[in-house]
Amino acid sequence: MSVAALPDLDALERELTAGIAGAADEPALEAIRVAALGKKGSVSELLKSLGGMSPEERKSAGPAINGLRDRLNAALGARRAELKAAALAKRLETERVDVTLPVRETPAELGRLHPISQVIDELTAIFADMGFAVAEGPDIEDDFHNFTALNFPEGHPAREMHDTFYLPTKEDGSRLVLRTHTSPVQVRTMLAGKPPIRVICPGRTYRSDSDQTHTPMFHQVEGLVIDKGSNLGHLKWILEEFCKAFFEVDNVKMRFRPSFFPFTEPSMEVDIQCDRSRPGEIRFGEGSDWLEILGCGMVHPNVLRNCGLDPDEYQGFAWGMGIDRIAMLKYGMPDLRAFFEADVRWLSHYGFRPLDFPTLAGGLSN
Amino acid sequence: MKFTLSWLREHLSGDYGLDEVTGALNRIGLEVEGVEDKAAKLKGFTIAYVVSAVQHPNADKLRVCMVDTGAGEPVQVVCGAPNARTGMKSVFSPPGTYIPGKDMTLGIGTIRGVESRGMLCSAAELELSEDHDGILDLPEDAPVGATYVDWIGLDDPVIEIAVTPNRADALGVHGIARDLAAAGLGTLVEDEIAPVAGMFPCPVAVTIADEAPCPAFALRLVRGVTNGPSPDWLQAKLRAIGLRPINALVDVTNLLTFDQNRPLHVFDAAKVRGDLVVRRAREGESLLALDGKTYALDAGMCVIADDRGVESLAGVMGGEESGCDEATTDVLVESALWEPINIAQTGRKLGLNSDARFRFERGIDPAFTLPGLELATKLILDLCGGEPSEVVLAGTIPDTTRAIDFPLALTEKLTGLVADEAEQVAILCRLGFAVEGAAGTVAVTPPSWRGDIEGKADLVEEVIRIAGLDRVPSLPFPRDETARKPVLTTLQLRTRKAKRALAARGLVEAVTWSFVPKAQAELFGGGQNELALANPIAADLSDMRPSLLPGLIRAAQANADRGLGDVALFEVGQVFRGDRPQDQFIAATGLRRATAKPAGAGRHWSGKSGAVDAFDAKADALALLAACGAPVANLQISTDAPGWFHPGRSGTFRLGPNVIGHFGELHPSVLEALDCDGALVGFELLLDRIPAPKAKPTRVKPLLELAAFQPVERDFAFVVARGVAAGDMVKAAAGVDRKLITAVNVFDLYEGENLKAPGIDAEAKSVALSVTLQPREKTLTDAEIEAVASKIVAEVTKKTGATLRG
Repeated sequence: MSVAALPDLDALERELTAGIAGAADEPALEAIRVAALGKKGSVSELLKSLGGMSPEERKSAGPAINGLRDRLNAALGARRAELKAAALAKRLETERVDVTLPVRETPAELGRLHPISQVIDELTAIFADMGFAVAEGPDIEDDFHNFTALNFPEGHPAREMHDTFYLPTKEDGSRLVLRTHTSPVQVRTMLAGKPPIRVICPGRTYRSDSDQTHTPMFHQVEGLVIDKGSNLGHLKWILEEFCKAFFEVDNVKMRFRPSFFPFTEPSMEVDIQCDRSRPGEIRFGEGSDWLEILGCGMVHPNVLRNCGLDPDEYQGFAWGMGIDRIAMLKYGMPDLRAFFEADVRWLSHYGFRPLDFPTLAGGLSN
Repeated sequence: MKFTLSWLREHLSGDYGLDEVTGALNRIGLEVEGVEDKAAKLKGFTIAYVVSAVQHPNADKLRVCMVDTGAGEPVQVVCGAPNARTGMKSVFSPPGTYIPGKDMTLGIGTIRGVESRGMLCSAAELELSEDHDGILDLPEDAPVGATYVDWIGLDDPVIEIAVTPNRADALGVHGIARDLAAAGLGTLVEDEIAPVAGMFPCPVAVTIADEAPCPAFALRLVRGVTNGPSPDWLQAKLRAIGLRPINALVDVTNLLTFDQNRPLHVFDAAKVRGDLVVRRAREGESLLALDGKTYALDAGMCVIADDRGVESLAGVMGGEESGCDEATTDVLVESALWEPINIAQTGRKLGLNSDARFRFERGIDPAFTLPGLELATKLILDLCGGEPSEVVLAGTIPDTTRAIDFPLALTEKLTGLVADEAEQVAILCRLGFAVEGAAGTVAVTPPSWRGDIEGKADLVEEVIRIAGLDRVPSLPFPRDETARKPVLTTLQLRTRKAKRALAARGLVEAVTWSFVPKAQAELFGGGQNELALANPIAADLSDMRPSLLPGLIRAAQANADRGLGDVALFEVGQVFRGDRPQDQFIAATGLRRATAKPAGAGRHWSGKSGAVDAFDAKADALALLAACGAPVANLQISTDAPGWFHPGRSGTFRLGPNVIGHFGELHPSVLEALDCDGALVGFELLLDRIPAPKAKPTRVKPLLELAAFQPVERDFAFVVARGVAAGDMVKAAAGVDRKLITAVNVFDLYEGENLKAPGIDAEAKSVALSVTLQPREKTLTDAEIEAVASKIVAEVTKKTGATLRG
């Protein structure tokens, strides 16, 4: 066979190249590939024919045929990519959704924590940072823990400051009460362990009182420190730090007024500085109004004695305030009664999302 | 406790104004509850002279007056008062004045065609009395142009303070003045109370019988008095603080109650039969008291009786029968001491409040018993005349003198406030305490009027409240030296995790009352007598709740009634199974209503939510348990939930022997009893029952083993009787090779009609399990896989009677 016997490679290349360019889809392209480069393909046959050529002939025919093959492969690859891209584009053209359709709200978006739970978590974060543990106790209390140990003498008018709920009188004449404050938890804490003691006691409390600003059930948090030297000055600092942290203001002025509680001596009430000039809103840390927020004092020597502590050795202080009340002050709920009505409109509006966990690092009300 | 500024000035001399008084009262612990200054809103009313008053041209009942207001030309005023006349003096208000009695601001008006530039006023329009029959008719010497309230001396604000139960001494104006003087405001006016010499022996004897709770009882007769309305100054004083003047004798006792904190009683001697005896009341006795009500008495109460019977309820209220009226000519004046607790109990039992009770139950100054009687006698003689008898005294005035050792350094130790020794001693002395010594530890004797002072801490309070609490420094309070540790207990941590886990599943936290109606308590396993309140505030808040479900169910219904039917609520709170502390548990309870599914509620283009079912409740419960760190894999689930759940669609969770809680559909008849409807599912778990996590020596987690070989999944479809629990099939399959089998899942369930299986007569169901095998050492051969599969089929068949579907 002579070189002249080779078919017209240029014509073959023109024909195949035109076929590749004109292939409408991948199967058509594949048919061309098989026809040219398949086992029996035209170009494959030519490649095979190289073996039968003289070295002279091969020298010129080899590069020509191999070159043809390589160019065809490149053209096939390029066309395949084009077809694939076109097919994908066509498919994507048909694959459409209306992205404006609403999705279902995620459960975490719908769920809420009650403001009371959130505020208890805030209080815990603030006081844990100062080294306070959280103590709890039963809602049904006996007279000793709720009154007697706290220096409320039987028949004393101070007992009438608390509108107490009673459970039925027992055979021995005693009757249990629904705790009127969380102070019995302080008693239980002192009876259970030796000082130093630093606890806060949040919880439900009960008084038989119901009007615009009172509900028969409400929530209190009390704090207790017992050691050998903590005094009112420390209490003042703690309360200042608490108010700054809780109300998230840089400074807050406080005013202490002498008062009376049977379980503390000296006793005080504390007002904080605020601005009430905007209707429906109270701002703390500014303004010229005062708002009473808590009662406090040095633990009464009789209480220490009743809890097995020697008042000449130990001393300390306690304070208490309404959780519902400080929640209302901070977050602006106008009506206490709504706290306990389980109206999901109210709960969704004033409640907190489950992932809004109050931390000192991230901010209490982030 | 109310008093006027001028009343205070009688006891406290000095140059001070209202603001200084209220500021000082707040600082020393006598909290100002309010100041009523009637004069403040009447400053615009001036005294005017009616130059002429002539008939209105167009109205019979009106007059046209020319009024000289003392400023410029006379002003024309149309007046409808019948007493308006030429030449009178009255009170004028110009246009722009607010008229409190009419709650309006005056303008320039034209009345029946005549212009009126102001108004002549009645007392009612100034809210000074009820008198609106005519305009004020002032004496001729009233100065035209002067402010009316200033001229009549009305410029006397009424101050109301809240007196804490320990401060009985501040229930009299004199005691308040003493406190203010001690705090540096003014000087206390201390008048010597001279005894009034008796002119004859008291004809009425007094005995204290029955060990009556009466340490001392002093009495004297004043005969030949002329009773009647008390003088204006006294009536005005009483009216200013809201008391109604009665007659001079009674008004004197009320005056001393508020002036000196010394309640007294006056008997009309003509109505008292024989001698007086202070004794316990007898069963069946009653008293018509001065408030016009009759009170049934019991043996715990103390009374003053004569030969006829009970005449007065000791320390609380006198009797109508022996009371003084304007015809009284001989009066018996009582000044007594009563045991505070007895007075408190009596008043509480009878529901009877009085100014006397309020004071006696707080404890009044025993040493003032006789001076109080002398002062009353003097006032009666001044106002009503008469001749006093000698004083008779039954019992003895108790000597309350006691000395307290007071280390002056204690003030700084307890409060951080630095006050030098001399200042502390001076404060105590100004408050009437006797102090022996001047440095170190001093001996302090409280005055007789301070029965509340028991010990050193009370003295510290006295010092700092007078020194000023603003002097207490703010002292940084360092964390203690111990390492930082978690402050929450396991239960507290679980409580907060439970709340956030449930909220993250779309449930909304409610806080419902701890008390529920008795019927609801009974429906949910409670209602014991020991948990029923003796004094519930309302019939539907009567019993401590045994479960959080009734409160949540009612709340869900209330929301549904407002149009929000798809609600998911939860509460984490206390439930009560008994009245001991260990009978109170922390329950976490959730409730879903209508279509409030975890994946979303109601209609949606992507697919409508069906009704909530027991598995939604189960999923909530399991999510909560997992969040709390409970060993969920070890939970056993049985079908013995309590009766408030649907018997066939509910379950009980157990860990070992402990019941952790229940879940499922609520029982239809329970919902009916609660007046609720709709699909309702819920769960209740007791967080206290979840076992505490095991203490671990290290926080290091066990090393992660990543298997080198592909897991193999094999599916098995079984036909089994409908009553067989799928959970038992899963358990049987998993138990075949606990090392190799890492998961068993139920991937299909079919309970269609006509499903039959060999050996099963009852209705059957098809349960398809997929079992995951995780080879560890080498790839499993087909033969090995087949061997495990056969064992699984055999074991499930053996345990549950299931057969592999062909």
